[in-house]
Amino acid sequence: MSRAKVQRKSTAIDMTAMCDVAFLLLTFFILSAKPKVEDPIHADIPASTTIAALPEVDFAQLLVAQGKVIFSVEGADVRLETLKGMADQYKINFTPDELKAFQNLDNVSVSIGVLKQYLNMTNQERASVAKTGVQVDTTDSNELYWWVKNARKADKLVHNKELKIAIKGDSKEEYPTIAKIIKTLQKQKVNKFGLITSLKTATK
Amino acid sequence: MAELDTSGGGKKGGGKVRSKKASTRVDLTAMVDLAFLLITFFILTTTLQKPKAMDLTMPDKDEKNDQLPVPATRTMTVLIGANNKVEWFMGQPGNPLTAPSVTGFGKNGIRQALLDKGKEVLAKSGRPMIVLIKPSDKSTYSDMVSMMDELNIVGNQQRAIVDITPVEVDLLKRDGIYN
Repeated sequence: MSRAKVQRKSTAIDMTAMCDVAFLLLTFFILSAKPKVEDPIHADIPASTTIAALPEVDFAQLLVAQGKVIFSVEGADVRLETLKGMADQYKINFTPDELKAFQNLDNVSVSIGVLKQYLNMTNQERASVAKTGVQVDTTDSNELYWWVKNARKADKLVHNKELKIAIKGDSKEEYPTIAKIIKTLQKQKVNKFGLITSLKTATK
Repeated sequence: MAELDTSGGGKKGGGKVRSKKASTRVDLTAMVDLAFLLITFFILTTTLQKPKAMDLTMPDKDEKNDQLPVPATRTMTVLIGANNKVEWFMGQPGNPLTAPSVTGFGKNGIRQALLDKGKEVLAKSGRPMIVLIKPSDKSTYSDMVSMMDELNIVGNQQRAIVDITPVEVDLLKRDGIYN
């Protein structure tokens, strides 16, 4: 007497569809990923209930921490024009190599006086340079004033749009530093700007 | 391929020897493994929570002629002192309509005062309350943001950040939130 044999099924699964989905998702994530720009000074941003997202183009950011201001503007083309404006302002001649280096620079964390030298450094050398930040004070024409002014001009020239400015401040930053920056912005009639915050759930 | 042979032995001997057809199927398991590993990596490295921006509009400094007189009865002044404390009063600093009181942020702090006084002003004059925010030199940036946020929560539209005056600094010193 022979027992009825149970048909053995293959344990292999067709992976093709799964593979397709996996690669589709992978492509999506790779394309949507934006390299994270590491801030030269850490700023612990305050929380608020605002839900408006930051713009990604035509946008300049002022990072404020430890009493220093670090300026950055989005877009390599805008950066190039900004530096050209600054070169005119401070009578500094930048070589094409330096201009190219500036286009790839995420933020301006040194004074304009040493910027030329800074641009000629390698990444390792730059890391060891003390981040003094952009000089800002209560005088009429400080460095930050000209950076913002030239960035606004550059954005107008390249994209024909108004540059949006946002302040990313450290929570523990003392108000006088912020007041100095606001005054600098107001001197060029920038009365509307953003404060970068993280999202907090409202305690109702 | 990691497939079990289910053909069940097969004929032994005899018959014509046929060349076995090679399967065209490729084992995709390793490829899928790799793809999911990369997906996991990209999901984890993308910043899910993007930073938000709170809009701040400052009063225009240049147009002096354009400024409207502000009635003291509709004005609330909030002084931001040290240690996350605020002090508020209605009316003018030299001659406040309500006694200045020290409070904190949050539901039972300044928000309650903003809501109560806002309603009171609206009932009396039929127009919204104006809030003047005066951050002192001892206040921090996060306090200023919290204050603006409180105003956003209560839905106040008429507000301005103004420089603090010496009289108000003295007031903060008196109440011990200026150190």
